[in-house]
Amino acid sequence: MTDLKPLLPRQRRLHPVACDPDYKTSITRSPQLPLLSLESTPSEETGPRFGHGHIGALDNNLILNFSQGSAPAVGERIRVHGRVLDEHGRPVPQTLVEIWQANAGGRYRHIKDTYFAPLDPNFGGCGRTLTGDDGYYEFLTIRPGAYPWPNRVNDWRPMHIHFSVFGHSFGQRLITQMYFEGDPLIDRCPIAATIKDRSQLDRLVAPLDMQNSRSMDYLAYKFDIVLRGHRQSMFENRPEGM
Amino acid sequence: MVQTLDMLPETPSQTAGPYVHIGCIPTFAGVEGVYPEDLGRSPVQTGAKGQIITVRGLVLDGTGWAMRDAMLESWQPDAAGLFPGQPGCDPNVSGFCRFAADKTSGEFTLRTVKPGAVRNRDGVLQAPHISLWIVARGINTGLQTRIYFEDEDNGSDPLLLRIEQRPRAETLIARKTAQAEYRFDVRLQGAGETVFLDI
Repeated sequence: MTDLKPLLPRQRRLHPVACDPDYKTSITRSPQLPLLSLESTPSEETGPRFGHGHIGALDNNLILNFSQGSAPAVGERIRVHGRVLDEHGRPVPQTLVEIWQANAGGRYRHIKDTYFAPLDPNFGGCGRTLTGDDGYYEFLTIRPGAYPWPNRVNDWRPMHIHFSVFGHSFGQRLITQMYFEGDPLIDRCPIAATIKDRSQLDRLVAPLDMQNSRSMDYLAYKFDIVLRGHRQSMFENRPEGM
Repeated sequence: MVQTLDMLPETPSQTAGPYVHIGCIPTFAGVEGVYPEDLGRSPVQTGAKGQIITVRGLVLDGTGWAMRDAMLESWQPDAAGLFPGQPGCDPNVSGFCRFAADKTSGEFTLRTVKPGAVRNRDGVLQAPHISLWIVARGINTGLQTRIYFEDEDNGSDPLLLRIEQRPRAETLIARKTAQAEYRFDVRLQGAGETVFLDI
């Protein structure tokens, strides 16, 4: 906390465009004037910290956490795991990772979701965990279903899990989505297509990871996340102009 | 060939979507019983030093419609300008809050302690402010901005001074509507578009 470092500038070209006509809602929800670009200050370099006191034993097990262990959710059992790193490739330890997703039929447990696929009485759809000292995290969940959504007449979301990650600085805050290797709907999704750099979109597609799956139990998918880094230099805190 | 730069590119953002509440404030979405309580319910506990204030506002899209599905997060120091974890900070200020636009009216409410001023790296004092991050369906990368206060001295704040078109600085200043109450509307585009930050 006493050795705050400036955040590396966000490389906006690696991120989705703000306004994409094929993703209709973005048209009226995208700023049209330039962002005001400045070097970070303590307001962005500090950030909330969460400890193990916030995390319950079943929080990273979406198969069991809604029923609190009494009955498993329906669906293809999967383990989603990976590391949270910064742009220097260093692990981001003890940081909060939250996920949310649809159930196996493609339905969210949310007051606004009216899709007629049924709710699973044993699936809530949220989970959270803290990374270890090596930046590692894992969840046990079910593979979410694809689902239709109101955009163009017949748009479908590919199977995906939403990720929210904090890092240690409020300016590192990131929400993204994980897709699944081989899903043909990725290339037809206007939300995935808001990322114009194909190699960047590929970084949201988790590969099947048989080596980390478990026989007669679950498949595994690997999903690493990279957050903004901090400038590493001894040339800091000098008086202006020196 | 020159050497390669051993840097990883940042993971690209994707929209938080309409169901962000399930993951971040599940009781708002109607998901009960997974966690004891939603994270970031309040940035202050009883006993926090300083003035307790309430900031209310709307997040308006380019047509002027108040969005009903936005989720916001705020981060700030305590009344003395110290962030949680810094020596001498107020133990009753966590500094972090998550809140949502109301399902019916679109209005959000942030109840917190008025933050103190914080110096930037060059030693220049920034006017008191709250950092704000806004996500929703249709927002592809979370939007960063700041809430300043009209009853503070904002005249020499380095960020506000960087805004070339002076009237636009007003978009970052919460209006005082009553004792300890402020109004801060966010306009995503169009007339009076809020200044969003790349910081």
